Amino acid sequence: MVNIEVNNQQIQAKEGETILDTLNRNGIKVPTLCRMEGFSPTGACRLCVVEIEGKPGLIPSCSFHVEESLKIKTHSPRVIRSRKMLVELLLSNHPDDCLYCVRNGNCELQDLAVELNIRERRISGNKSKANLDQSSPGIVHDPAKCVLCGRCVRVCEEIQSVSTFDFIKRGNKTAIATTMNKDLNFSNCVHCGQCIMVCPTGALHEKINFDVLLEMLNKKDSKVIVQYSPTIAISVAEDLGIRSGKDISGLINAALRKIGFFKVFDTTFGSDLLIYEQSAELLDRIKYDNGLPLISSCCPGWIKYMEQSHFDLMENVSTCKSAQQMMGTLIKGYFAQEEKISPEKIFSVSIMPCTAKKFEAQREEMTHKGISDIDLVLTSRELVKLINLCGIDVQQLQEEMADNPFNTRSSAGKLVSVSGGMAEAIIRTTHFLYSKKEMPEYKITKLRGTKERREMNIQIGDLNLGIAVVSGLKNAKNLLEEIRNGRKDLHYIEIMACPGGCINGGGQPFCSDEKVMKGRAKAVYDLDEKDGLKVAHKNPAIIRLYEKFLEEPLSVKANSLLHTRYSERDVLL
Amino acid sequence: MIFDKNIQPTKEFIINDILLNESNTYSKEVAEKLTYIKRDKVDFPVIAVSQNSSSIISGTKNLTLFIENYLKEREIKAKVIEVGCIGICSLETFVSIQLPGKTRLLYKNVGEDNIIAILDGNFNNYIAEENVFGQFRNKMHEPYENTPYIDEIAYFSSQQRIILKNCGIIDPNSIYEYIAYGGYKSLVKVLKHCTHEDVCTIIDESKLRGRGGEGFYTGKKWRIALQTPADQKYLICNAGESDPGAFMERLLIESDPHKVVEGIAISAYAIGARKAYIYIEWEYDLAIQRITNAIQQAKEFGLLGHDILNSGYSLDIIVKKGAGAYVCGEETALIASIEGKRGRPHSKPPYPATKGLFGQPTVVNNVETIVNVPAIIDKGAQWFTSIGTAESKGTKVFSISGKIQYAGLVEVEMGTKLRDIIFRIAGGVPNNRKFKAVHIGGPSGGSLTEDHIDTLVDFDSIMLTGASLGSAGMVVLDEDNCIIDTVKYFMNFLQKESCGVCIPCREGTRRMYEILENISKRPKDDVGYTTLQRFKGVMQLESLAEVIKDTSMCGLGKKAANPVLTTLKWFRDEYEEHIFDRNCSAGVCQELRTFEISVDACTGCTLCAKKCPTNAIFGTPKYAHFIVQDKCIGCGVCYETCKFSAIISK
Amino acid sequence: MPDIDSILQKYPFVQTDNLIPILQEIQENLGFISKEALIKVGSHLQMPTSKIYGLATFYNQFRFEPKGKHHISICNGTSCHIHSNAIIIKELYKKLGIKSGEVTKNGLFSIEETECLSGCGKGPVMAVNDKYFTSMTVEKVHEIVNFYMQIENS
Ligand SMILES: Cc1cc2nc3c(=O)[nH]c(=O)nc-3n(C[C@H](O)[C@H](O)[C@H](O)COP(=O)(O)O)c2cc1C
Ligand code: SF4
Ligand code: FES
Ligand code: FES
Repeated sequence: MVNIEVNNQQIQAKEGETILDTLNRNGIKVPTLCRMEGFSPTGACRLCVVEIEGKPGLIPSCSFHVEESLKIKTHSPRVIRSRKMLVELLLSNHPDDCLYCVRNGNCELQDLAVELNIRERRISGNKSKANLDQSSPGIVHDPAKCVLCGRCVRVCEEIQSVSTFDFIKRGNKTAIATTMNKDLNFSNCVHCGQCIMVCPTGALHEKINFDVLLEMLNKKDSKVIVQYSPTIAISVAEDLGIRSGKDISGLINAALRKIGFFKVFDTTFGSDLLIYEQSAELLDRIKYDNGLPLISSCCPGWIKYMEQSHFDLMENVSTCKSAQQMMGTLIKGYFAQEEKISPEKIFSVSIMPCTAKKFEAQREEMTHKGISDIDLVLTSRELVKLINLCGIDVQQLQEEMADNPFNTRSSAGKLVSVSGGMAEAIIRTTHFLYSKKEMPEYKITKLRGTKERREMNIQIGDLNLGIAVVSGLKNAKNLLEEIRNGRKDLHYIEIMACPGGCINGGGQPFCSDEKVMKGRAKAVYDLDEKDGLKVAHKNPAIIRLYEKFLEEPLSVKANSLLHTRYSERDVLL
Repeated sequence: MIFDKNIQPTKEFIINDILLNESNTYSKEVAEKLTYIKRDKVDFPVIAVSQNSSSIISGTKNLTLFIENYLKEREIKAKVIEVGCIGICSLETFVSIQLPGKTRLLYKNVGEDNIIAILDGNFNNYIAEENVFGQFRNKMHEPYENTPYIDEIAYFSSQQRIILKNCGIIDPNSIYEYIAYGGYKSLVKVLKHCTHEDVCTIIDESKLRGRGGEGFYTGKKWRIALQTPADQKYLICNAGESDPGAFMERLLIESDPHKVVEGIAISAYAIGARKAYIYIEWEYDLAIQRITNAIQQAKEFGLLGHDILNSGYSLDIIVKKGAGAYVCGEETALIASIEGKRGRPHSKPPYPATKGLFGQPTVVNNVETIVNVPAIIDKGAQWFTSIGTAESKGTKVFSISGKIQYAGLVEVEMGTKLRDIIFRIAGGVPNNRKFKAVHIGGPSGGSLTEDHIDTLVDFDSIMLTGASLGSAGMVVLDEDNCIIDTVKYFMNFLQKESCGVCIPCREGTRRMYEILENISKRPKDDVGYTTLQRFKGVMQLESLAEVIKDTSMCGLGKKAANPVLTTLKWFRDEYEEHIFDRNCSAGVCQELRTFEISVDACTGCTLCAKKCPTNAIFGTPKYAHFIVQDKCIGCGVCYETCKFSAIISK
Repeated sequence: MPDIDSILQKYPFVQTDNLIPILQEIQENLGFISKEALIKVGSHLQMPTSKIYGLATFYNQFRFEPKGKHHISICNGTSCHIHSNAIIIKELYKKLGIKSGEVTKNGLFSIEETECLSGCGKGPVMAVNDKYFTSMTVEKVHEIVNFYMQIENS
């Protein structure tokens, strides 16, 4: 224990912790900007400065460790004046378009300005001239709003191992940019959107595609059909003013119908289908001992990363399309056929927790005779905006069912929202397909939790399956390195680009702390606990679909509609 | 080093008879040889050409070759050698000619155009008056009449040269000469008689303070590194010298590279480092070439490398070429740069002395600090503390430039008056202009006025004035220079050179620059840059400066406001003139100029009226035009377009 | 002249502290850092190109397009500034229609502002390739540039 004095009060600090940690634990808030939970401090923003007796200048509390009998002042006039000036400096050349900014209302810079009571523009600087980069299908980069905190650079490097962005130049020309300062769509960006999640301002945000949607909704004889990801129903609740951690699919169905969608489908059905197909694929590969371990393919961020950096493992990647795309083909194929609607008339929208899905929907592999399976992807954040825009008070709505023919789902399909969930669901179905028996206990605790890599072995009859789960591309990279070096005990690997899985996707509502993330995971598992239908292969709508249309998993028809292959991508790595 | 074939010294002679002879008394034969190696005596004419970056700029890169050709053509048996910089860059290129039995004569302002005349003259006992600078004192020989001794010339007589002792005198490419002049003896002494601890103690007692700007006690720093346990420790010699107006480190390395090598070796030994780096800007190609050569020679002589002189101590010196960034002079940024990263500083603690290069204890020292070390070891801590002031011991090298008679390198005892340096040594302001200010310390320093001219030059006295010794570049301004413009220049430099990581420095320097730019511009329209706004800007300068100083991560930011603060203090009226009167009396701030059209000269060609961006010029074709001052923004387009010089700028 | 691969062979170890020396050597030999160089160095040192680009843009030395045939360095050190080099720089920009760090369209000239060239006693200082010009004036700028333009024309 270290004894320090803070604002004339004695406080006990833990050995080796930073001043900031001590302060936060003792209920003293100090503003920060460059700091990121779980990362080493860079000491760049200087907002966390405090006054320490006997030290010249102010000391950044985030990177200074406590020492015996320090005397600290956290909110002396000198400190407050400095912090205020720092924020004023950031604002001095900031584009004054807060009212029109995507982050209006949840911007950290705005919060700082409020907190420090900045009420006039005392310092005015020349506005920075920077190009808005809208080239990427998923992510918009607006350097004019960048405060150079460097958080995106660190996520991209330290979590994702992609390093699309880095600081370039120096001094007043410092900027965040890709290699050769190229537009994002030429870069190795995998569109995971994690940078958006850490960006304190609107410098990085998802591409917003509202206008097209509103136009299509109001266009005569266009059939606007929507599907939404299993994760959405859990993550948007809070932003809609409903208790968080609740599955609000019913309300979302109702809201989407109110907005004017012709049909509302739950992508969880697609997940069930994916689980079924992929389980069959896994067994198929085991049977022929070919292309093992099978690596999941539902995450578009991971797929792009594979194409550019790990293409040598292409043969191991499952050929299954993602749930979104499976739904997409079914909507414009099977569904259109059943309902006798011409596919060109259908405008297929999907709502996803993910910016990479915007990219996936545009891929060449995902078009059918020149028509893309999915016409438009919105993120969860956009959904909230859309609901608000259309003036729908979700709290007043009655729960409704999703539309036929994809209206039932299993809780396994819901699990895919969480890292490890896909693997769990696959095991459940594989177990049944291999042994023709259900698992005695569905819950697989070893695959749950927040450890960066989770591995297990499971015995199904004479089959011993090795399973590994990773999220965050850096963790994926490390695991793939082991595979490359000859590791042989694994049969199935689940990879998700976003740490924690889709619940932490790059399109999700902003949340500052880990608690929310844990809450979302818990909600998914709770739902699985309570649900009666815990396996994909028992979903009646799935069974019906195979009977009526797809014949059986991996059939020729299923293969042509639900599977695809990828090719190597040449980008500046 | 010049010999006849029969007394050509060998490596063994140099090492055994001179270097390892610790008594410093030599047999007659050895002493005789020494005088030849030192070129105190020569058997045939020796022509020493100053070859350093300063003389190269004077266009004499090929002078050595030129002279050699001259000698060949005339079949004169003489030797041409290269030496470093003697100090007065304004008078480069220097060539010294030494005839057998005569003292060495130094010529200034030599070029390919006049060298033949000088040589012809000298060989025929005629001395080219306008080019002769002085003669070196040498008791062994007849002096030239009517020629001043160099040590009597004001430029040198007030200097005390410890660091620059050999500069311009010895051949930087020759380890023989360096050893003959007493070089590497301190290294031998240390390796033979001192423990690491001993060396730290000597330096501690000498009260040597770092010359890199901070003025930290070197002995203290070394001891921390020595006492931190680690497998590997590093010494980094910081020759980054990125101050845009300083050049002493460059010339020092070019002129006496072996001294740097010796200093590094002793310093590395003191902290127990087996690897040392010297960080030099890539642009300093001659310095890099000479230091690389010196390291190579020292290796050949067994003074570097594995098991030096059987002491069991090994050292490698690696030359690291800096890629050009001012902030890489800052020690933590320097370390990042050597590690192959963006050269951004890191918060201290941890200090490099405990956790530096590759996470190991690392001492970063300025070249000049390091060059002091051999002398201190040689003559003792007591000798060193007898020079200088109470808290600043020893001497200090300055590079002095700007509006000054003799730009160049000056080494004076700490505590010398500024006046002596500027007026006595460097000859004051030329062309009968009035001295206005001297800027000390580069971008993180400050400007001092005539009132401070009696300030003593040492760490603490300079600090009191608000300036800082910093990089020890001194730039003299005369009445034709505008203070605002100078400060703006430094601010522009800093905003470009800040590493861009922390907000106060990156944004603060940029804002300060913009404020300064606004006050040196005429109002664009009624809204922008009005007097009130300009005034508010200047008020903000002060509070901005304070916050930048308080919150920046590294020295660059912390000191960035110095130029502004000192000038606001000492040149307030000049700021006011710019803000309220919109006038720059030095006539430097171009955009504050006002223009008038001379009725006599104007032919009414209408060109200026067409080009004027604000349509402020009126007139009928073929008749004299006039400028409406209220509309004029002072851009100067008319001034540049007029073919008849009819536009007058005020 | 060694190509990128042979330069890389001189640095067999995957150590980031080799990065700057490698880039320096590439630039010394090839004149600039090409996209190809970024990619090769990246895969040699197992580093993302964005990091290399980020590093290289931090330092003054590195450029990403070839220099002009006649590379003009103009001193922007303190002393030269005091000697009114601003006018000379402006004139040079105007004369060639480019700024510091740029190359003329025909690839003949490029300009670079440098820090003190240690010729302060004789400022303002300018250099074309290896040839230095001291005590620069506006007239001299025209003279010198015209001279090099003439060489090209004849
Ligand atoms: C912005 C900045 C630039 C610096 N530039 C140099 C430099 O060019 N040369 C130098 O020796 N020290 C420079 N320093 C000081 C170094 O950080 C460091 O203090 C010094 O090298 C230590 O050596 P010393 O103890 O011998 O002074 C600079 C410091 C700062 C903050
Ligand atoms: S003070 Fe300036 S140079 Fe130093 S770390 Fe901060 S931004 Fe970089
Ligand atoms: S949070 Fe401490 S410096 Fe940014
Ligand atoms: S400032 Fe230009 S040569 Fe020194």
